[in-house]
Amino acid sequence: MKLELKGITKQFPGVLANDNVNLSIGEGEIVALLGENGAGKSTLMNILYGLYTPTSGEVLIDNQPLELHSPGDAIAAGIGMVHQHFMLVPVFTVAENVILGDEPTKRIGWLDARRARKMVKEISGRYSLDVDPDAIIEDLPVGIQQRVEIIKVLAREARFVVFDEPTSVLTPNEVEGFFEIVAGLKADGKGIIFISHKLGEALEIADRIVIMRRGKTVAEVLPEEVDEEKLAELMVGRPVDLVVHREEAKPADVVLSVENLVVLDDRLQRAVDGLSLEVRAGEIVGIAGVQGNGQTELVESLTGLRTSLGGVVRLNGEDITTKSPRAIHKRNVAHVPEDRQKSGLVLPFTVTENIVLDSYYEAPVSRGVQMNWGAARDRAVRLVEEYDVRTPSVDVLVSTLSGGNQQKVIVAREFDRDVALVIASQPTRGIDVGSIEYIHSRIVQERDNQSAVLIVSSELDEIMALSDRILVMFEGKIAGEFDSSATPTEIGLAMLGSQGGLEAS
Amino acid sequence: MTESGTPPENEPGDKELPDWYARVTGVGSSLRQALVIPALALLSALIIAAFIIAVTDVDILPLWGTDPGEAFRLTIGGIGDAYKALFVGSFGSVRAITETLFAATPLIFAGLAVAVGFQAGLFNIGVNGQMHIGGMAALWVGFSIAAPAIIHIPLAILAAIAGGALWGGIAGLLRARTGAHEVITTIMLNFIALFLVDYLLKTTVFQQPGRNDPISQKAASTAEFPTLIGDYRVQIGFLLALAAVGAVWWLMYRSTIGFEFRAVGSNPDGGKYAGINVAWIYVTVMAVSGALGGIAGANQILGLEPYRGISNFAGTVGFDAIALALLGRSHPVGVLFAGLLFGALRAGGREMQGAAGIPIDLVLVVQALVIVFIAAPALVRAIYRIKTPEQEGGTTFSKGWGA
Repeated sequence: MKLELKGITKQFPGVLANDNVNLSIGEGEIVALLGENGAGKSTLMNILYGLYTPTSGEVLIDNQPLELHSPGDAIAAGIGMVHQHFMLVPVFTVAENVILGDEPTKRIGWLDARRARKMVKEISGRYSLDVDPDAIIEDLPVGIQQRVEIIKVLAREARFVVFDEPTSVLTPNEVEGFFEIVAGLKADGKGIIFISHKLGEALEIADRIVIMRRGKTVAEVLPEEVDEEKLAELMVGRPVDLVVHREEAKPADVVLSVENLVVLDDRLQRAVDGLSLEVRAGEIVGIAGVQGNGQTELVESLTGLRTSLGGVVRLNGEDITTKSPRAIHKRNVAHVPEDRQKSGLVLPFTVTENIVLDSYYEAPVSRGVQMNWGAARDRAVRLVEEYDVRTPSVDVLVSTLSGGNQQKVIVAREFDRDVALVIASQPTRGIDVGSIEYIHSRIVQERDNQSAVLIVSSELDEIMALSDRILVMFEGKIAGEFDSSATPTEIGLAMLGSQGGLEAS
Repeated sequence: MTESGTPPENEPGDKELPDWYARVTGVGSSLRQALVIPALALLSALIIAAFIIAVTDVDILPLWGTDPGEAFRLTIGGIGDAYKALFVGSFGSVRAITETLFAATPLIFAGLAVAVGFQAGLFNIGVNGQMHIGGMAALWVGFSIAAPAIIHIPLAILAAIAGGALWGGIAGLLRARTGAHEVITTIMLNFIALFLVDYLLKTTVFQQPGRNDPISQKAASTAEFPTLIGDYRVQIGFLLALAAVGAVWWLMYRSTIGFEFRAVGSNPDGGKYAGINVAWIYVTVMAVSGALGGIAGANQILGLEPYRGISNFAGTVGFDAIALALLGRSHPVGVLFAGLLFGALRAGGREMQGAAGIPIDLVLVVQALVIVFIAAPALVRAIYRIKTPEQEGGTTFSKGWGA
């Protein structure tokens, strides 16, 4: 049994997303597909899954060409996909989600719930997934939800499984569990495509690594032949510096001080629960933690977007707990938000309009009630140049830029001041290696200019690379403090809330 | 969203934008795209309306069985006559043109009202109510004070602005304070305004002495909008509408508050993050939108015979305005042209009814079909095989729905 993509070319208007791509996966083989955002991985997988029709080329199983016009065709051919963003109905049970779209029925369309539950139990047992068929999806942690997605794929008798960035939502310990599951699938003879941009994981799990760049497969290597540096170089097309270079921090006065902060989330639960921390000028403090432990609410509260229930936030000694986002911004706090498309940018606006998004009311960008678009454009032109934003002009819509360049627009806008405090949430999520390097160096530069920097990221690697001090957030509190010499394992354990022992797992 | 399913980034196709358009509108399409869909929507609507003319002509229907050739000839002739009358009635003479401008005047104000809302992400269905309240305020100023026209008319318009802004502002305040959706509240406020007008028209303050039915006193002649040319009906309201187009354009694309409107309209979270007081923007937008509706209401009383308040004097203008704003893609200049088009349909529709015997209701059918096609651009693209722009759903008006 062998799955092959042969000479796949996909032409979008103005862009060659896939250019004569060849890829093959055998039975019981794990192939890692590496590439930066925009390299064409997603397009290729969408073709394999029947969502796009290739301009030319074909998909074959055992040398038989497949007609893939919809995901249904792909599933029927034995190709399954576990998406990065799960496609589950939150209020349904595991069993209901698994059968959704392919429901076993008795006569006159009566749903055969018992058979569905049995099927889930059987698959869950066979691959030691340990999933309760009657659990409601929204009550399950992300790692288990992912297993439900895997069961869905297996229930449709997939022989080839595509995992799209499967580890991006998992904690380091969940990642270990995931790798065991993948090993089990491999032992059972499934062919696996593992899409990632995490080099270490590809090296650990894959039998073969295929690297894509600008729509082409540029290299195919065996894990034992290469190391991370080499893979990064192949992905980016030039030697890449994976280490963030920075001098020893010289912490000075306390800039941000948070005492006993309590913040509610949208469901009125205590997302931040009596948290205290300090950030000094000239140091980078990183907040590590599994997503959903109150980091979002913490940042929103510090930047004035969410009112707190209790506690005090001080900026250079001044109480800013109840100040508005604009008042906090005016006190030279730069905020790189968690989700650049949801809140950091107005996508149907031009680069210029986004550059002045939080300064449009000040001279010289406006005079009284009238905008001065000339001055706004001048600022945009200057910042685009200074922050290396790759855009054909400042008049194009920001939505047409790549993720990395969108993020640079935000960084440019926020850092183009005498910044006292930087609050950056997931500053490099989903962007290319070149932009990551650039943004990291900018953040370090801000620190060296004696700004206080607070970084929140679910990527432990990023926290460890940047931070002078690491705080771990768990269930709304600081569950541990580490210096930059701590190991990922120590921090990983604190992320699960088990400071004292291992019984939590 | 990071990677899955996103189309390839850095589309070079978008570089071809005339940069003023993107900058001025923030709408993610080129000028050509902005014009093509409305033009084709209108064309499609006229073609379908032609079929309706054909199949509803009861004199010709029996002929199809006996003499299809003759039936076909008569049908084509009938459609030709109807559309010729439509054109003659709207553009065929000085009177026709002035009638078009006359009919377009309230539509432009009301269309601007809806467009301002759309641009800020709010769907103001309440222009009808804002017209009623604004119109009544203008009427009251119109008959209750004595002043020369140069003072009287501006005062009446200011009253209309205040009344409309108040009525729109209520919906904005409810949205900002309680999250009540403006679609619901503005519809309900329409009914309240409608019956409030009926009530007021029977109070001694407003009612024409000696009458029992809901009809108001006549506005003073100093408050009547003076006509522009001789005895043609088009009056200064049309010039005010042109000025309003310019003012709204400046407001949306040149002022800081308009920048806030558009930012909040395109991305409320982004607006909040940028330090904009989103709740306050909702109130302001609805007040501005209501003010424009209020002027439309004043125009319906002080701009035409009998210069009195009557029951439901706003008619369907406030609802036609929604179609108009969609057709004009919420851009003030687009609204101007859409208003002229709808004005022409109304002026020409009367001629069509008189000369070709086609009921004026056909105009409403055309309007409705235009909305259907505008609301479903995919349909137009499919019919005329136009390539889909890479980013769908980026247009301003679609943000108004259910946001």
